[in-house]
Amino acid sequence: MIRQSQGGIVRAQGIGQRLKRGFLFLVLALFCVYYLAPLVVMVSTSLKSLEEIRQGTLISLPQSINFEAWAKAWTSACVGVRCDGLAPYVWNSVLMAVPAVAISTFLGALNGFALTKWRFRGADVIFALMLFGAFIPFQVVLLPMARTLGVLGLAGTVPGLILVHTVYGLAFTTLFFRNFFIGVSDGIVRAAQVDGASFFGIFFRIILPMSLPAIVVTLIWQFTQIWNDFLFGIAFTVGESNPVTVALNNVVNTSTGVKEYNVDMAAAIIAALPTLAVYVLAGSYFVRGLSAGAVKG
Amino acid sequence: MAVTGSPPRIRWRSFDRWLPQIVVSPLFAMSLFFVYGFIGWTLYISFTRSGVMPDYRLDGIGQYVRLWSTPRWHVALRNLVTFSVLFISLCLAIGILLAILLDQRIRIEGAIRTIYLYPMALSFIVTGTVWKWLLNPGLGLERVMRQAGFESFSFDWLVNSNYAIYTVVIAGVWQSSGYAMALFLAGLRSVDDQVLKAAAIDGAGPLRTYFSIVLPMMRPVFMSTVIILGHLAIKSFDLVMALTGGGPGYATDMPATFMYAFAFQRSELGVAAASAVMMLVTVVAIIVPYLYSELRGARR
Repeated sequence: MIRQSQGGIVRAQGIGQRLKRGFLFLVLALFCVYYLAPLVVMVSTSLKSLEEIRQGTLISLPQSINFEAWAKAWTSACVGVRCDGLAPYVWNSVLMAVPAVAISTFLGALNGFALTKWRFRGADVIFALMLFGAFIPFQVVLLPMARTLGVLGLAGTVPGLILVHTVYGLAFTTLFFRNFFIGVSDGIVRAAQVDGASFFGIFFRIILPMSLPAIVVTLIWQFTQIWNDFLFGIAFTVGESNPVTVALNNVVNTSTGVKEYNVDMAAAIIAALPTLAVYVLAGSYFVRGLSAGAVKG
Repeated sequence: MAVTGSPPRIRWRSFDRWLPQIVVSPLFAMSLFFVYGFIGWTLYISFTRSGVMPDYRLDGIGQYVRLWSTPRWHVALRNLVTFSVLFISLCLAIGILLAILLDQRIRIEGAIRTIYLYPMALSFIVTGTVWKWLLNPGLGLERVMRQAGFESFSFDWLVNSNYAIYTVVIAGVWQSSGYAMALFLAGLRSVDDQVLKAAAIDGAGPLRTYFSIVLPMMRPVFMSTVIILGHLAIKSFDLVMALTGGGPGYATDMPATFMYAFAFQRSELGVAAASAVMMLVTVVAIIVPYLYSELRGARR
């Protein structure tokens, strides 16, 4: 088989090239194993009994499929002193992530629109100043935020976390939409203005419908960030209002009793499932977010 | 200019003209308060004698002196350097290698890319939990190797204070190297095909083409990847907490975990604030020149 190449660098021709090609695939496959192995071990460990874990090794497959560890992780694993499983904390994370993602995305769209399509004086400076907020190490705001939440009566609550994630997500959602709107012709806005459309009219009827891709990318990015957050969760919530990442960490690091590795792994999968599902279903949007996020990191 | 329409309509019009500013103001105010105001507060506290409670009387650089004479802070800084250097260079090496390999018109590239990149969708807490189990001294990798015939194989890095920091590197690289790959691949794709054709016509082999033509052209991608990874490294908190909890002892402490421990566990607000300011200064030194060039580049 000879592959005719159109440009590109490596040309696969002849037996030597086919050997090279084979080697190439071998290396790629080895890296697939490297990235997938932890996931496989995680799933297989979660399906084993504790006895099996003690007898076998990481790579031995479970003898029978056993969902007990999953049930335990969901309903009765101990998070600190409370033994209700991860379920209530998953619920906390949902209650936190959904409003925080929606609000920060909406405000980012509005802000990005106002800053790019109505270039009033100082818009660039305002944008640069706001963008800086996406890069600060959040340690520098932890102490004053904790006090502010206390003053607002939101300390240790899910609404408190929603506020925190909205505030610190805004810089980034604004960046996303600004990057998108810069590519949108100013003529559209001007034409609508001439037709007498108002600021909000243009925003809701013209701009929002056409920015669907940017909205999806931002929603996915924000959801992944907020669901996976640990720092704000551990700093601003206690016990009952912990998000699932904090609860998972507590399950794993509970030092009392027998270490149940299968329950730990099941709990980790439960915590990872929502973002993994989003990644599998909307991978290309996720990747676009990552490359747009290259400015954020 | 002639006035058209009734007076109320004019008033509405001028209101509408100011709407963009009116919309942006509260958001900007929020940012001023929650970002700059809070940074200011932390900065101020770092110059006071605050202990368990904030104390607003200024006290000079006492907290910074205390910070820099705390052995734990030096451990944290050493760990940050060790971690950053290894984390960044390994991610870069793997990222470039995989990007070049994937750039060879692989038919199932999409599927492979998906596999390389999925760890980025996971929380660092999940990654830490998994690697804590994989590297478990006794039941983890050690058991696998012993059963495979290497009876004396031992791997206790996770609980060995001299080596624990390297387990953080291992898990971090596993999670983030796919990201480096994606950034490099995007960079490779943006290289003009004409350049590649010219190189091929001049008789340059694939290796030569990559090392003397393509990679030098990707210097901007290289720079931004290093900055992104460095930024991740300085902020790394979750992974350390999940994998080692900063232990054994404080052997794997990093500035981020140090600050958290002093703020929320030991209640030494002044030292915590001083360490947070040090982190901010480091990030600003890296990110501001980068942002400046990025924004200027975007405007051009």
